[in-house]
Amino acid sequence: MIDTLFAALRLLGSFDRTLVDIVWLSLRVSLTAVVLGALIGLPLGAWLAVAEFRGRNLLVVLVNGLMGLPSVVVGVVVYLALSRSGPFGSLGLLFSPGAMVIAQMMLVVPLIAALTRPIVEDAWREYAPELRVMGFSRGQSMQTLIHDCRHSLLVALLAGIGRAMSEVGAVMIVGGNIDHVTRVMTTAIALETSKGDLPLAIALGIVLMAVVLALNAAAFHIRRWAMRRYA
Amino acid sequence: MFPIELAGVGFRPDGQCVLSGIDLQLDGDGISILLGPNGVGKTVLLRMIAGLQPVSEGRLTWGAASRPDEAVAMVFQQPMILRASVLDNAALGMKPLAFGRRERRRRAHEMLERVGLADRAADSARLLSGGERQRLALARAWAVQPRLLLLDEPTASLDPSAVDAVEDIIRGIRTDGCKVLMTTHNLGQATRLADDVIFLADGRVQEHAPARQFFARPRSNAARRFIQAELPWRIRFDE
Repeated sequence: MIDTLFAALRLLGSFDRTLVDIVWLSLRVSLTAVVLGALIGLPLGAWLAVAEFRGRNLLVVLVNGLMGLPSVVVGVVVYLALSRSGPFGSLGLLFSPGAMVIAQMMLVVPLIAALTRPIVEDAWREYAPELRVMGFSRGQSMQTLIHDCRHSLLVALLAGIGRAMSEVGAVMIVGGNIDHVTRVMTTAIALETSKGDLPLAIALGIVLMAVVLALNAAAFHIRRWAMRRYA
Repeated sequence: MFPIELAGVGFRPDGQCVLSGIDLQLDGDGISILLGPNGVGKTVLLRMIAGLQPVSEGRLTWGAASRPDEAVAMVFQQPMILRASVLDNAALGMKPLAFGRRERRRRAHEMLERVGLADRAADSARLLSGGERQRLALARAWAVQPRLLLLDEPTASLDPSAVDAVEDIIRGIRTDGCKVLMTTHNLGQATRLADDVIFLADGRVQEHAPARQFFARPRSNAARRFIQAELPWRIRFDE
């Protein structure tokens, strides 16, 4: 056990090429998915907060429910859509990092939207009269509210990053876990553990934990700075 | 857009009568002050004129039109203060208007100078005191060059020096040619600012008179009782 841990630390210390490639691909795929997911999820959550229409409550419940969407289900859906006979098969994205980005994005959009809605809704309740008198359109109100709640919305983005980086089912199905092409930290950990190559699995686990902790620490400091700056 | 006319306007949430048969005409200059006891519907009336509360009973017209054709601004008792700089907050009201970002910031800065907050332009607006927040809200409203400014108890819970500063700004806005319609519970403030007073009681307009006349010779018993209760040392009416 101790030997395995030391072997993992040696891999980390020597910046093992395989390990670095896997970490870099993981970060690229997950951060791209979260950025694209935020571009959809933040406005969607803000729209659900300010919009008034029949069926709004049903949509809110649906988006909240999709937070717990099983990643393997998303994997199968994206696989079917991108497979050669699927509607987007001609794009040739299956078993590529692009397919993994799409799958992770489908997982993080409802999460970010569901966490954004109550935060923006509270601000909307407070600001709506003044924004209406000023003649703000719905889009301008959403933009203003998202900007005003930006520090609280970091939580939604963090949750999205956590979800994207830690999921394994969807990227395994649509990426295929191909060495140096679509192998990310979670799929590598699963594979190396099953092969008995524990040092690489443990080294990747350490990196994964370190990334998640570093992102949380950064968010914590940003929020603390914002509290001081904006009271 | 003037005169603003309310004819037979009422407000009955859940069957409870708050306003009933409000007939009122507002001309386009000076400061009109809405007075009346708590819960009489002063804020509801302001919100109706601001378009925040639909007029379900009676009629509200702006000159010959059914909606205002010039800018209307409103400042609330607790104004919205965004997590942004004082300058950005002052420029916010111009966002829906056809001004470029540079022009918005230039005008916002000019307004901050007028309300004495130019030296705080780069500070976080959330760190301002209550009086400074109200001055910022007035600067934001003033920046859109409104033809009508609605003020809902803008000096409630402010200290006397902050009240004084806010009153100076309100006078400046009036001098700029903007009609001001304002609610207050401070009769001293009403005597200092008002050109005319609209007194509401029992859901109706009991009096609409020039301020001097209203405070010297109120016509209705409700207004007499209201003034005597608030300013017993100042007003003595002939019985």
